[in-house]
Amino acid sequence: MARALINVPAKAKRGEVIEIKTLIQHEMETGFRVGPNGQAIPRDIITDFICKYNGEEIFRADLHPAISANPFFTFFTVATESGTISFEWSGDNGFAVSETATITVE
Amino acid sequence: MTHDDDIVHATRRRFLTDAAALAGSLGLGLSLMVTPARATPETMRAAIKKVIGEASLQKGKVKLDLPPLVENGNVVSVSVSVDSPMTATDHVKAIHIFNEKNPLPDVLGVRLGPRAGRASFSTRIRLADTQTITAIAEVSDGTFWSASVEVIVTLAACVEVL
Repeated sequence: MARALINVPAKAKRGEVIEIKTLIQHEMETGFRVGPNGQAIPRDIITDFICKYNGEEIFRADLHPAISANPFFTFFTVATESGTISFEWSGDNGFAVSETATITVE
Repeated sequence: MTHDDDIVHATRRRFLTDAAALAGSLGLGLSLMVTPARATPETMRAAIKKVIGEASLQKGKVKLDLPPLVENGNVVSVSVSVDSPMTATDHVKAIHIFNEKNPLPDVLGVRLGPRAGRASFSTRIRLADTQTITAIAEVSDGTFWSASVEVIVTLAACVEVL
């Protein structure tokens, strides 16, 4: 299980633009490197990242091999209501990780 | 120094120079063989065309932030922000990043909407060579805006052999 780090403010004012930071542990093997045996190392990357706020999609990224190892994203959203923000990563070889964070909106 | 030593040295020297020459030519041949097909400005244009279709691309609105001199191409921080009010009627729908000289022209595609509040994100990418990076934003009214930045890469990603 890959480790994922998420940074979401615990509290926010209604209508405030909040910053969300995510980092997930993953090699992001490009498929262009050659191993010690002279054979190409097969591609193994995260291809999709989706962030949902109370079930509604607010941010989605299509990743390609040009994304660095341990993909890191910072993005913004409007704090509309209290609830959960969910994060899903999926990729090659059945990679799937999900995390959630809770936010209180006053 | 005996005569025998001379011969040994001569042959060793000869061997070394020959080996160097051979390695040079082989190295060139090998690098041509191993290096995967690279993206070129043409493939980047093709990849951009796939995203924008027949729409025209305008300069402006997009701010693409990259360090001008990259020491390590494996981790290059990028941030993109687009000048947009991000309302239900006028917002950025998608942001794409393209490059010219990595093995593949696509880097990242991001979808967002009015819920984002601010059309901005940052991430870390790999760059294989000194090249021009282009970011394209798709606005809800159907227009496309772009920005390009040239970066110098000293240590390239993607080319190292384990």
